[in-house]
Amino acid sequence: GGMAAELLLLLLLLAAGPGPGPGRAQRDALREELLLSPLPAGDVAATFQFRTRWDADLQRGEVSHYRLFPKALGRLVAALGVRELHLALTQGFWRTQAWGQPPLQAPAGAELWVWFQPTVTDVDKAWKELSNILSGIFCASLNFIDSTNTVTPTASFKPLGLANGTDHHLLRYAVLPREVVCTENLTPWKKLLPCGSKAGLAVLLKAERLFHSSYHSQAVHIRPVCRDASCLAVSWELRQTLTVVFDTFASGQGKKDWSLFKMFSRTLTDACPLASQSKVYVDISPKNKEKELLEVSPPPTSVHEAVVQGDKRTYAVYDLLSPLLFNTSRSLNVQLKWQRPQDSSELPTPVLHAQRYVSGYGLQTGEISTLIYNTHPYRAFPVLLLETVPWYLRLYVHTLTIITKGKENKPSYIHYQPAQDRRRPHLLEMLIQLPANSITKITIQFERALLKWTEYTPDPNHGFYVGSSVLSALVPSVIAMKDVDEEQSPLFTSLFPSSDGSSYFVRLYTEPLLVNLPTPDFSMPYNVICLTCTVVAVCYGSFYNLLTRTFHVEEPSRGGLAKRLANIIRKFRGVPPL
Amino acid sequence: ITDVLTAVALYLAIQDFNKVVFKKQKLLIELDKYAPDVAELIRTPMEMHYIPLKVALFYLLNPYTVMSCVAKSTCAINNTVVAFFILATIKGSAFLSAIFLALATYQTLYPLTLFAPALLYLLQRQFIPIKLKSKSFWLYTMQYAALYLCSLVVIICLSFFLLNSWDFIPSVYGFILSVPDLTPNIGLFWYFFAEMFEHFSLFFVCVFQINVFFYTIPLAIKLKEHPMFFMFVQIAIISIFKSYPTVGDIALYMAFLPVWSHLYRFLRNIFILSCVLIVCSFLFPVLWHLWIYAGSANSNFYYAITLTFNIGQILLISDYFYAFLRREYYLTHGLHLTRQDGTEAMLVLK
Repeated sequence: GGMAAELLLLLLLLAAGPGPGPGRAQRDALREELLLSPLPAGDVAATFQFRTRWDADLQRGEVSHYRLFPKALGRLVAALGVRELHLALTQGFWRTQAWGQPPLQAPAGAELWVWFQPTVTDVDKAWKELSNILSGIFCASLNFIDSTNTVTPTASFKPLGLANGTDHHLLRYAVLPREVVCTENLTPWKKLLPCGSKAGLAVLLKAERLFHSSYHSQAVHIRPVCRDASCLAVSWELRQTLTVVFDTFASGQGKKDWSLFKMFSRTLTDACPLASQSKVYVDISPKNKEKELLEVSPPPTSVHEAVVQGDKRTYAVYDLLSPLLFNTSRSLNVQLKWQRPQDSSELPTPVLHAQRYVSGYGLQTGEISTLIYNTHPYRAFPVLLLETVPWYLRLYVHTLTIITKGKENKPSYIHYQPAQDRRRPHLLEMLIQLPANSITKITIQFERALLKWTEYTPDPNHGFYVGSSVLSALVPSVIAMKDVDEEQSPLFTSLFPSSDGSSYFVRLYTEPLLVNLPTPDFSMPYNVICLTCTVVAVCYGSFYNLLTRTFHVEEPSRGGLAKRLANIIRKFRGVPPL
Repeated sequence: ITDVLTAVALYLAIQDFNKVVFKKQKLLIELDKYAPDVAELIRTPMEMHYIPLKVALFYLLNPYTVMSCVAKSTCAINNTVVAFFILATIKGSAFLSAIFLALATYQTLYPLTLFAPALLYLLQRQFIPIKLKSKSFWLYTMQYAALYLCSLVVIICLSFFLLNSWDFIPSVYGFILSVPDLTPNIGLFWYFFAEMFEHFSLFFVCVFQINVFFYTIPLAIKLKEHPMFFMFVQIAIISIFKSYPTVGDIALYMAFLPVWSHLYRFLRNIFILSCVLIVCSFLFPVLWHLWIYAGSANSNFYYAITLTFNIGQILLISDYFYAFLRREYYLTHGLHLTRQDGTEAMLVLK
């Protein structure tokens, strides 16, 4: 009787504990995931995704206790009225033609795009504050983001999270192509993870191995998502992704076999204790004609099949939270040995890829050409192209030509915002229809400006970078993708929303360009001032003479000392005097 | 078309001007203002007969005019307006000349300084003496100034109504005055401001702009009897020191050189200067190509040619000025000057 009453009391207390109120701890969950995909030509791509999802409403400022969600970012979102934030720091370039479609691509350098809440009145001021604060958090020079490299796209970069309305004046996009990513950017990024780099998948993130790679990209995405299927409340999702591509040929003594230890010089020992899910996916889709799955060791806990980016793929899954995994050995070292080494060199052609280059000679004019390839055999689809060109390359929009298969292709939507010197860059957005199996060439000519000598970078003959252009498209997939529950599907399929099962969203970036500008001679400021002022003084002097003096008949002078001496010498010589 | 219009305007203008000059000369001879032995300096109608044609041809066949026509520059339109302004001034119509001057100022700010020579010419034509205390002088000045300012205001307001905003004022005039764009041209400004410390750029912009307007008053005082020469010198100063000069501006003032071909015997350095100008004109494209395309030269090379070319132009103008003043001196004091002891004298500027 007494026991039952005690139990009942305990149950009541437990039920009443997490009651409604501002002090209640909101639920947050961490899922971490690593995706390893062997790429053609022997490279291996490793994509880490850490997703912290927090059922709290950051905007209403009710939050006081941060657990898994990092306080720095939470306070930032609340204070500046940020609705979505996407920051990516990348070194290297994803070679779409050689490596296939990227899971999540970012342009070389630093890229930041932010949607603000409609309650923000001065978006530019909030943007400036945001870039400065982020520059401090991530130790990157994001404070160089100012009005000369920020644009407001009208059609690209639609919100990836929940959105009520999309007034594009609340969006800002900036890219800094010259940014270099190094260890001091990785360390604060790792610090934002709940387990840090001490447990879970993040133990593999060792800077000395990560930067010995062909491509390194780390990103932070914050967005609001629906809390559940009915979407009555909003949760905030922080997704940290890190993509790195290792060249196993260079590091693997000529063999294309790889293992976690060879890539990261560490192995996995346990999952992060704070994580609700911790998995390693290895892409074992068949690469040869016999459709044999690749063999990985140790054997995976399960095998998962999914249609990702229009392709049917098979993944070997290692669940770090399952007790079976660490039964045999204390550490997990996933290894792949190729049975037949030549299998992996089959190049898949991605449906959409692009190239960009600058042509022309001399330092006065030039031409930017973008080539977009649509290799789908029978489907045409539109692509949205966004180009941001700095103001000192003066675009001639009347020379913009789009040619597909030899004929002119008129875009169905063009938005062009011309640059203002030293105030804002050019913005060109176009929606172009790509016919099936075609190459589209977009060319535009530009003229190079001469800048003031303080506006050049310390190595001016290196050139100036033009940020990558962005191609966003809904690519039709060959295989139908069924709607899956977003909660349960692997993280690498769920950042971009897919509206229907027949196409998937792809955002590609082209190469950044390096353009030389004519330079003045930097050693000459004093000389130039002197010489130009001399010319002006010549004019002033001759005019002054002519204006203030009048003609007079010359008075014979008795001669100065020099003349008298000359006369004495002449007398000696017998020559008539001066 | 605008070049032909300019040439026609200049032809008619100089024809009228020649008549005026001749009349003035006759008047001064009758008034016995000239010294006795200056017979060879007096200009005769015969030599002056071909001058208008020479002026028109000088303008049309000038390689600078041809170049600016090929480049489809708006400089030709500026030149046309200025030429019509000169024609209107010489004909004596204050109203038309004010309108054309307002149009010219509206396009580029600098023809504002041509207000002074036009005013002086019109006063001379109306036989109003230039004394600061004279009421008719001030009356006429006010009338002319009012005409000019009113037409300028009308044109600016018209632009405002076409555009519905005042944005064009900082874009057009602010641009001319503050020199933000540093594309290399044949003037002095671009390299100077490319190498300027940010701290001093406002100061030097002001100095350079004042430099253009600054010569107006002293020249007006010195050349108040000869407003056409004043006009010529003023146009030349504008085209050398404006913020974005072009060769079309040079073509305009060079077209006036035949009007003063009688000064030839007093020019001191004409051979060197014409050589400098011709050589620099040829070197401009060469060094531009070497800097921008071949990459084997520096911006300093092009800048040096800019300096030399501008010095050549400046010395040309001051040479003509010197010759003009010297001729005036000879006209009033006689051609063969002797000192007290009878030997031949030298003239110096003191």
